[in-house]
Amino acid sequence: MHQTVNRMELHKGIDPGSRYSKALLEKILLEDIEHLSFMEVCGTHTMAISRFGIRRALAGKIELHSGPGCPVCVTDDAEIDLAIRMAGEFKATLCTFGDMMRVPGSSSSLLMEKAMGSRVVVVYSPLYALDIARQEDRQIVFLAVGFETTVPSIALTIMRTKQEGVKNLSFLSLNKVIPPALNFLCENREVRIDGFILPGHVSTVIGVKPYEFIPRRFGIPCVISGFEQADILSSILMLMDQNKRGEPEVRDQYFRGVRREGNLKAQEVIEEVFEPCDSRWRGIGMLPLSGLKLKDKYKDFDAMERFNVKPQVVYSSQVKRACKCGEVLIARIKPPQCPLFAVSCDPEHPVGPCMVSTEGTCAAYYKYERAGV
Amino acid sequence: MCLAIPAKILNRRQDNISKVDFGGVIKEVDVTLVPEASVGDYVLVHAGFAIGVVEEKEALETLELLRQMAEQSDASDGEQDGAS
Amino acid sequence: MKGQEFSVSEDVITLSHGSGGLVSRELINNVFVKKFSNAALSRLDDFANVGKVGGNLIFTTDSYVIDPIFFPGGDIGKLSVCGTINDICMSGAIPLFISVGLIIEEGFLIEDLLKISRSMAATARRSGVRIVCGDTKVVDRGKADKIFINTAGIGKIDGSPIYGSGAMPGDAVIVSGFVGDHGVSILSRRSGLEFSTSLKSDCAALDGLVKDIIEFKNDIHAMRDPTRGGIATLLNEVAKQSGVSVFIDEKDIPIRDEVNAACEMLGLDPLYLANEGKLVVFADKRVATEVLSLMRKNKLGKDAANIGEVTDMIPPRVYCRTQLGTTRLLDMLSGEQFPRIC
Repeated sequence: MHQTVNRMELHKGIDPGSRYSKALLEKILLEDIEHLSFMEVCGTHTMAISRFGIRRALAGKIELHSGPGCPVCVTDDAEIDLAIRMAGEFKATLCTFGDMMRVPGSSSSLLMEKAMGSRVVVVYSPLYALDIARQEDRQIVFLAVGFETTVPSIALTIMRTKQEGVKNLSFLSLNKVIPPALNFLCENREVRIDGFILPGHVSTVIGVKPYEFIPRRFGIPCVISGFEQADILSSILMLMDQNKRGEPEVRDQYFRGVRREGNLKAQEVIEEVFEPCDSRWRGIGMLPLSGLKLKDKYKDFDAMERFNVKPQVVYSSQVKRACKCGEVLIARIKPPQCPLFAVSCDPEHPVGPCMVSTEGTCAAYYKYERAGV
Repeated sequence: MCLAIPAKILNRRQDNISKVDFGGVIKEVDVTLVPEASVGDYVLVHAGFAIGVVEEKEALETLELLRQMAEQSDASDGEQDGAS
Repeated sequence: MKGQEFSVSEDVITLSHGSGGLVSRELINNVFVKKFSNAALSRLDDFANVGKVGGNLIFTTDSYVIDPIFFPGGDIGKLSVCGTINDICMSGAIPLFISVGLIIEEGFLIEDLLKISRSMAATARRSGVRIVCGDTKVVDRGKADKIFINTAGIGKIDGSPIYGSGAMPGDAVIVSGFVGDHGVSILSRRSGLEFSTSLKSDCAALDGLVKDIIEFKNDIHAMRDPTRGGIATLLNEVAKQSGVSVFIDEKDIPIRDEVNAACEMLGLDPLYLANEGKLVVFADKRVATEVLSLMRKNKLGKDAANIGEVTDMIPPRVYCRTQLGTTRLLDMLSGEQFPRIC
């Protein structure tokens, strides 16, 4: 079995022809267990589970809840509005990941602002914002949204910006970290959770330790999972096994990409640039030390400092108040239970971010699972 | 939140940049966060940065574990703990 | 000045070129008339007499604003001619004549215009299509992104054309080859994304491929080319127009490894990426094997594949069997796909 592994085997070929996946699925369905509920807390997992048809295949036996795993979706309206203001009102060139373009704030979106003449540039990497800043005189703002997977890259970019003395670039830090949200979900168990499917690439950065409080304090089994269907299915089997044995712990299914200690260099750069701060999460409210802000030594590159603004809560329209994204995000309801789902809220006319984000729970359900599929 | 894709490092880093191969698609990525990675290694690429290394030994082990899990009659029989 | 090539100092398009005066006429003559060379155009009237055509006339138009204007596998000129030829022949008609309207930004390199015009001429010639009339306008810098092209085309068909509303339950769904090539090759040139790949746009005129299968016209219930929005959008459009459901098998859709790799890297779905040289046929299952075999004999159809079938599942949607054997929806694209990190 020890032949040289090529890229295809390391990634797609983790299960060529879905041979193992089909067998794993069958095993799950054959297991004689009482109904179990697991929650995935990574938007990429939410989408993958829907796209692979896993959620439906396991329905009735294992309920898969989607948690607050989409960093775009958990970003508060006030914070989204601030990003929109940067582009519209402050006339900065706003650089953003594509994920944020169509997310509605309380009255507009970045896509709409772009159409109205604001300069909004979709970037694949934060380094491209630095490229643009080097070539232009205008103020450039990079919209930093994302969990720990993305934070190290943004931190490095901020460090380089300072090193090079690029004065016209600043960063709007709306980054959040995931463990406090997990803690919230454990403490406020409205939804029964018999196990967490933990985010693979966040774990590549932070390692295994930050999750250990979950089985220790709350007795809930956890598995860090990769993203192939075989990864997800075997993680589910591992969670079922932990439930059967009554021995909750954090297991690492994605050990080919996750070291126990995580990526120390990445943690180092995060530590260099950012410090924890309180942050509002849609659906949850204020969570202590769940966000990241720039340390004092990098304050010069903090967009909120440079433009002297803070997120402001705006009066919400009736339609927006009817939005139930918050409840979907903590799995209190499933998307089809939102009265707006597929009625007045759809990807063309999204009321909240869950429907329009590329990893939004409502978007996943709408795209792959609605209409009695 | 987690879209990171494995790619193979093709050349030695120059100013922290290496060319990587996603499988016929070649791109320059920043490898500052993976100082231990060398030419021929597979790294996970996210937003233009390599954020971790995919270990070949562990990938093979994963394949083997999958095979075992898929073939066993009981999920708990002889299951090896892959976590370090 | 007639017949003279451009002097070295005149290397960009200026507002004079659009004004209708001598400079204009020189441009039209050197760039268009000479390159597109046909009797109708050479008359230099403001109209073309294309004579009696016979049969039913099929008429179409499209505009092209692609950026970059030169890309691996083609350019905006080739694209504009292929696009209109393809729209015509998707109906089963034979493409005959094309008109060209150009809106050029001041400062555009004449050398680039010549390249584009040569490309359009060659593309049209290859399909036996004549570019018989055209128009050129020049706008101030910043009022157009380099060059915009509109092409309108006329084709003829005996009998009724193939409409998008004819797909019937039981029909086989056949795609002519690999999907997503054009979309990815364009993205590879986009600043900020730049990646290198051997992928080229599949930009091509499909009249030859259609000719090869047209003997089965009565059994081809619908036919269309998947351009913007990709094959997923096409399947949804035909499903809606025909009031049927389409059931495809994910593993049967031909997608190149590099397209998959690029899409994974960028977080895009190849089923929604543009194609410019592919077609999808909804054919009576009794002739499916033959149609497939005929397509595969043509260079542009050598990777053709049967990817699914039309059903009467309610509600009328596009369903997809996953690799796992489960079923999911293959929905319409909503808005534009942006490269993503999540």
